[in-house]
Amino acid sequence: MIRLRALLVKEFIQMKRDNITLAMMVMMPIAQLLVFGFAINTDVKHLKTVVFDQSLSAESRDLLTGFTASEYFDIKYVVSSFEAVNQKIESGDAKVGIIIPPDLSANLKHSRATPIQVIVDASDSTSASSAIATAQSVGQLKSQELLLAQKGISASAASLYNIRIRAWYNQDFITAYYMVPGIMGIILTMTMVMIMAMAIVRERETGTLEQLIVTPLKTYELMIGKIIPYIIIGYMQATIALIVGIAVFNLPIRGSIGLLYGLTSFFIMASLTLGVLISSLAKTQMQAMQMSFFIFMPSILLSGFIFPRDAMPTLFYALGQLLPLTYYLEILRGIILKGNSITLLWGQIFALVIFIAATLGLAIKKFSKTLD
Amino acid sequence: MTLAIDTQNLTCRFGDFTAVDKINLKIKEGNIYGFLGPNGSGKSTTIRMLCGILTPTSGTGQVLGFDILQEQEEIKKHIGYMSQKFSLYADMTVRENLEFYAGMYSLTGQIKKERMQEMLHMANLEMKENSLTATLSGGIKQRLALGCAILHRPKMLFLDEPTGGVDPKSRRLFWEIIYNLAAQGTTILVTTHFMDEAEHCDAVGFIYAGKLVATGTTGELKASISGKLLSLKSEDSLALLAQIQQAEIPYEDAYIFGKDLHILMADKHLTRLQNWPYEIIAPTMEDVFVHYIKFQTKEVTK
Repeated sequence: MIRLRALLVKEFIQMKRDNITLAMMVMMPIAQLLVFGFAINTDVKHLKTVVFDQSLSAESRDLLTGFTASEYFDIKYVVSSFEAVNQKIESGDAKVGIIIPPDLSANLKHSRATPIQVIVDASDSTSASSAIATAQSVGQLKSQELLLAQKGISASAASLYNIRIRAWYNQDFITAYYMVPGIMGIILTMTMVMIMAMAIVRERETGTLEQLIVTPLKTYELMIGKIIPYIIIGYMQATIALIVGIAVFNLPIRGSIGLLYGLTSFFIMASLTLGVLISSLAKTQMQAMQMSFFIFMPSILLSGFIFPRDAMPTLFYALGQLLPLTYYLEILRGIILKGNSITLLWGQIFALVIFIAATLGLAIKKFSKTLD
Repeated sequence: MTLAIDTQNLTCRFGDFTAVDKINLKIKEGNIYGFLGPNGSGKSTTIRMLCGILTPTSGTGQVLGFDILQEQEEIKKHIGYMSQKFSLYADMTVRENLEFYAGMYSLTGQIKKERMQEMLHMANLEMKENSLTATLSGGIKQRLALGCAILHRPKMLFLDEPTGGVDPKSRRLFWEIIYNLAAQGTTILVTTHFMDEAEHCDAVGFIYAGKLVATGTTGELKASISGKLLSLKSEDSLALLAQIQQAEIPYEDAYIFGKDLHILMADKHLTRLQNWPYEIIAPTMEDVFVHYIKFQTKEVTK
């Protein structure tokens, strides 16, 4: 106990002296939440649109109103040639081009279908898919309206299938609700894995680790003494992230906050043991940093942080299952947005426990070997 | 007299490379033992095995009567270790470093207070107690590292190249502390490649390519050289050496020392040097070391 206490005192003194790192650990959750929460919006609206209306009729105006009313298209340019449409899209001034043929009115009178060309800049796939989906439904809605008007049927009687959509857990599609728990997980991964790995590798580089292992200090005491201070840091970051989430983004916490804190410990432990494992492989702080980044990228891409896991090919889906962040995101979104209780989260807890046991076992084995 | 360190065919191999080859090291209790050899000759590897942090490939040994294969934990409690890197925490003060290592050896209360005061006094650091270690000079860092290594009054002290990068005055102060420790009964194993430091030791061992090639007191080792060491005064030592080579006078070794030429030569050939005025001088440890290394190299290449 005396040894463990001395080690903890030392860790806290060093942490206190390293103001920059400490400030980074506090500022990172705040800065990243604000950036991701405000800047990222996967529901892309108000795309700049260029229109070439060859019909210039009441019908074409009505159709264009349908497009703008959806809020997805902002008509910024009205041009009078195909070349001008191309030019606007190529230059990036417009993301969408709508071309209405000259025979629109005539076709409508004779109930003939008219091709309305919608050109979408798909180099940005997120905004392209929004535009495509909306353009299609605008077309269908407008066609339906016209047909019904011709047959003299009122719009409300027309829908035989009345599909009522309820978006559970996030009715208003607020991206921040989805992002904030995700960013919390990402921040914890980045700090915990990297700082833990660096903390041990730094001692190896300066030779103090060698000095420690010739003292009676036990390997498990060293591990505990190194891990405890970072558990505290982890909780500090999680708390800051939650406060920012609630105060700035009105994030609702629908489940038990106690459960959220309790289960966060499994993820912090999983990240820290991963850091210890990295430290047992890396010889220099530079290597430790690079290895940590090697973990971050798949964590961001495969965990379901931004990209839905259900859409991934089997191999990548399986790779995602090896990452602790995948489970933690399910826990976070489950508790925060869905109000899940622990009964629905045993699977994730179990996965994290297995991860901790495996990495810690491997790290201790590798660690005692590298001392040789 | 009891032995503080006793090894039997201690061997350590890393893959195909034999770092330490069947070393039988015997160090008497209370002695200062100098472990001499070039870089990479196996000094540090031997120390790591003796400290119980590296498992030997074969062979065994006892430190303070504890078996290095079985009783590593006991060994760790009773030894002190200081490396060339002066393993201190640069971002902590002198006092904080001492407190930390006191904690590592489970010192508490009055004993901890006394020992820390004693170390501050010994290292002449009383005024620098609250300075950050990073701001200290090499010599002070060295004494602080030593203080951290002997806070718990170890009976056996390992010093791995303790005087690298330290000014001569600090080196002398350091050796005074070492003498004091030895006088109080601490056994000390010190590695160095400063041959003059070997003169400070009660006994010396030469290690080369993982083998212990010679061991004994400095006097014994100096006497063990076959032949005499001669010093020849000359304005142009290189030309002089060329003349001797031309005369086909066999010698063991020759090197330029200041303005003089030093030649090691078997007694029977001394008469052939009558054309040149020479005086017989006592060999330094450096001469002895070079002699043994040459001897060893010949054996290895054979």
